[in-house]
Parts: sequence; C-alpha cells; structure tokens
Amino acid sequence: MRRELKTIIEVEKLAKDYNGLAAVKGVSFEVGHGEIFGFLGPNGAGKTTTINMLCTLLRPTGGRASVNGFDVAKNRLAVRKSIGLVFQDPSLDERLTAVENLRFHGMIYGVPRLERGQRIKEVLDLVELSGRQEDLVRTFSGGMKRRLEIARGLLHRPKVLFLDEPTLGLDPQTRHHIWEYINQLRSDEGITIFLTTHYMDEAEHCVRIAIIDHGELIAIDTPQRLKEEVGGDVIVLSTEDNKRAAREIVEKFNVEVKELNGELSLQVKSGDHFMPKLIKALETRVTSISLRRPTLEDVFLNLTGRKIRDEKVEGWDQLRSRVRSQRRRAR
Amino acid sequence: MKSALVGIYTLWLRDVTRFIRDKPRIISSSVQPLLWLFVLGLGLSTAFVRGGGSDYLRFIYPGIIAMSVLFTSIFSAVSIIWDREFGFLKEVLAAPIPRWSVAIGRALGGSTVAVMQGTIVLLFAPVVGLSFTAAQLLLAFLLMFMIAFSMTSFGILIAVRMHTHEGFQVVVNFILLPMFFLSGAMFPTQKGLPVWMHVLVSIDPLSYGVDALRQTLIGNPIYPIWLDILVVVCFGAIVLAIGVWYFERNE
Ligand SMILES: Nc1ncnc2c1ncn2[C@@H]1O[C@H](COP(=O)(O)OP(=O)(O)OP(=O)(O)O)[C@@H](O)[C@H]1O
Ligand SMILES: [Mg+2]
Repeated sequence: MRRELKTIIEVEKLAKDYNGLAAVKGVSFEVGHGEIFGFLGPNGAGKTTTINMLCTLLRPTGGRASVNGFDVAKNRLAVRKSIGLVFQDPSLDERLTAVENLRFHGMIYGVPRLERGQRIKEVLDLVELSGRQEDLVRTFSGGMKRRLEIARGLLHRPKVLFLDEPTLGLDPQTRHHIWEYINQLRSDEGITIFLTTHYMDEAEHCVRIAIIDHGELIAIDTPQRLKEEVGGDVIVLSTEDNKRAAREIVEKFNVEVKELNGELSLQVKSGDHFMPKLIKALETRVTSISLRRPTLEDVFLNLTGRKIRDEKVEGWDQLRSRVRSQRRRAR
Repeated sequence: MKSALVGIYTLWLRDVTRFIRDKPRIISSSVQPLLWLFVLGLGLSTAFVRGGGSDYLRFIYPGIIAMSVLFTSIFSAVSIIWDREFGFLKEVLAAPIPRWSVAIGRALGGSTVAVMQGTIVLLFAPVVGLSFTAAQLLLAFLLMFMIAFSMTSFGILIAVRMHTHEGFQVVVNFILLPMFFLSGAMFPTQKGLPVWMHVLVSIDPLSYGVDALRQTLIGNPIYPIWLDILVVVCFGAIVLAIGVWYFERNE
C-alpha cells in the first residue's frame, strides 16, 4: 500500500557557511511524496546551495536533512541512488552523443544492462529527442541540451528529481514544454519533484512553494494560499506627484501604500469597487491605473519590500539575450 | 565494491570512446612524434657523426615513444579541467560511485589512450631499422603502460589542484618540459653534465622510464631494470594516492 502522506524529504535547521559567508541559515521544511515542491527566491538566495546539500554534493555546516529516508551526510551513496539531478549549469559531455551520455549515466547509476536500452529509448521519447539520439551533444541547441539533461536525470527511475532552474534561458515555448514533461512525470511515474526557480509564473505550477531570501525561508505554502494572504486585489497607479498621492491615500483610506519604480501599489479588498472611489477622492492627477489579482511577485514584495527580480536586472537580461541572438545571426 | 568497479570501467570506456572518435587528434598526435623522430633525429644525427648517422635516430627512438606516452597521459588527465569547466565533472561527482573509482577510472582510461599512442610510434620501428622479439615487445608494452599510468596519475594530481588553463600552461613549462628534457629521451645524460643537472636527471622519474624502454628496445642500460620499474611504479602510486586524497576532499 502506498502511503501518500509520508514525507520524502525532511530538512531540519539545515545551514551552510562558506568560510564566514552564511549562504543558508538554518532552513527547515518537509516535502511530501509525489509533490511538486518549488524553491522561489532571487539570485544568491541560497537555492542552489540548499539543493547541493540535499544532493550530497556539499556538506552542510549545520542541521540535518534526509532524502528518501537516508541522511544526506551519513548515507551519501543511498541518497545519490534515490535522486535524479538537473544542475543549474550544463553538465553534458558534449563530445559524446545523446545516447552515449545516457548510457554512461545508466552505467554509473547501476541500471541493469538489459533494462538500459529500453529505458534510454523511453526517456528519449519523453523529451522528443529520439530523432537526434546519435548526434554529438555539441550540435544540440540549448533547449535540446536541457531536455536531454532532464531525460538523463530520469533514466535510473529516481524517487526524487531535483531541478535547479530547469527552464533558465529557454524560450517560452520550450519552457511550456518542459512543464508538460514535469507534470506528466508526476502523474505517470509518481516521482517527487523539487525545483528552484525565480520565474513567478513557474512557481504557480508547484503544489507548494517555499520562498527563500538571504538564506532564510520566509514563507512556505500553496501558491493559492500565499496569494490569499496578500489580502485582496492589487491596484497599481502612477500620478503626477507620487509622494503627495501616497500621503493622500493613507489619510483618506487608511491603507498601506508602497512606492516602487515610480509606481504606487496598494492592496485592497474588492478592488473593482475601490478603484473609482480612489480616482474620485485623489486631488493629485492620476496618469495611469490598473487592477489585478495578486501574484507571487506581490507575495514576495509584501514579505521583503523588494521585487524578486530587479527591473534593472530584467533589462540587463534582455539586453544580454538580444546581444546573444545577434551574435548567433552574425555567424 | 561493485559500484566502484562499474565506475572505473565506465570512466575508462568514456576516455577510450572519446579518443577513438577524435580522428584529428589521433592523426595530429601521431604525426607529432614522427616529426620529432625524423626531422630532429635525422637533422641532429649529422652532428653526432661518430659511428654513422642512424645511431642517433635509434638512440632517440625509445625516447620518442616515452615522449608520446608522457604527453598523451598528461593531456588526457588534464581534461578533468575541461570537464570541470563544461560541468560534466558534476555529473560524475554526484553519481553513486566512490570518488576514488573516478580517479582510477580516469587514470586507466588515460593510460590506455597513451599506450595506443605509444604503439603507433612502435609501429615505425622497421623504418628506423629496428626489429624486436615477442618478449621485447611484451616488455615494452608493460613498460609503456607503467609509464602511462604513473604520468596520468601525475596529470590527475595537477588537474585536481589546478582550476584554470593558464595555471596548466605554467605547469607544462616549469614541470613537464624540464621533466622531458632531463629524462635522457633526447640526449645522453650519464656523462659530461654539470653536477646540478645530474642531480635533476636522477630525481626525474621519467629518466627511469626512458632508461627502461631504451634498454628493452636497444640495450645500453644506465640503471638495473628492476630499479627503473620500482621508481616508475612508486612515483605513480604516490602521486595517485595524493591525487585521490585531494579528489575525495574537494567539494
Ligand atoms: N562555492 C562558493 N563559495 C563561496 N560562496 C558561495 C559559493 N557558492 C555560492 N556562494 C554564495 O552563497 C550564496 C548563495 O548562493 P546560491 O548559489 O545558493 O544562490 P541561488 O539562490 O542558487 O542563486 P541563483 O538564482 O543566482 O542561482 C551567494 O551569496 C553566493 O555568493
Ligand atoms: Mg542557483
């Protein structure tokens, strides 16, 4: 009988100190069987460090954790056998073919020879790479490499699949595709998925998410409940004089106002009724206004007073990808 | 234990697969020792006029085999740096196999590739006017393997400590080339050298490897063969042990 409620990952006050730099500061959480569990946090929050400790690649400097019932510090080989891994950075042998990469993996993970060929075929079909299986990985696109890595992580039928930013740098279509595999995996193979991301929309796919910032867990719940905690709808407006408008709103409506990147945002119950009242009451001229349901971005903003991805960083990312595509075209 | 053996075999297989696949590398690394042998050998043999020109060519022939083995070994081992850079090392280090089996698998893979390279040079024996008995050949293979294994292990030790290619270049210039030139591969090192150089020659483990190959293939021993083998094997064992120790330790 399968015990659905049993936890498969247990983490207690887990900490990692890199020579004085506390990257993870004592986090505790549990992940249930068959869950899709997401770690959401900005750059440098400690997501990769946590994953690396759970995967036995890094030794914790404090606390304890177990995966599939095995302690990550004391029973490293058993943990390794129970998990599949997709690293944040590429980790394929580009001078081998797709099949050779998978065969290599199957061998070191002890997949029996008889089963290996069949299993390789299955995972290649899953990520739709069967047509390219004999090609050198060097000739693959970034998205294809990512898919191959996911296939490889699944090859030995792990109990838990760790995905560190599985869709980083991929186009929306490929990202969507990868999410299809992840959902399919969960329903077909019943495996537990632990992933990290800093894409808000991706975190929405998870059953539960933990929000991590500066090495500390600041919230952990279903995306739905986290958003409900924000309290009602979000109104974002810009005015001719934000400072004055903010003062006015606080005086007249007694709601908290945040100013960020030249915009004011406030959270209210039933925003559709509130918005007309607001525009009417304000003496400062409103130049634009919008209303939306709260997102995880708002949850993060609420908890930390910051956006998870700085606008500047966003701009830089776009610039980078534009430069990259131009270079590619030039070649 | 089974997972360790599987690890060793898998990493060995990877090195060999990659070598066989890489035709340009096979060709260029075969042509290079032949260039050394014939261009340098024939060119310099006019300078060593005593007893006819082909003497020098024969003299350096075992040295060129050792050179081929040495450089292939070191470069195979150092591909660990590439693996680290391309991330593949993480896949290996996260696998459920002991780390020492990774190091040994790589050492064996690198040595196998190096022995194949040495064999290519060995095939040119008739051109130099040499022919060997089966016993000579067998011993030569064993020696090539011992040299290869100990030099690959040395390369692994370097690669584990070294995180950049610039650093590796320094090692090539300050360790590898002196080791090669002092080994007696290219010129005789028993007589007429300054004392300090003679000391360096005697502590160069490759001197013993070259001497072993040379006395097996053309005679003229400097040291007894058992000493040669002892030095090469001990050197290999020590550097491998240190390399594995670092490998186990680093995160
Ligand atoms: N090997 C290391 N040595 C020293 N400090 C490190 C090391 N790896 C990570 N750090 C530091 O630990 C902190 C957490 O890093 P980590 O890679 O876990 O962040 P992350 O949440 O995965 O970020 P990202 O979204 O950018 O991948 C950062 O401040 C980082 O600089
Ligand atoms: Mg990370």
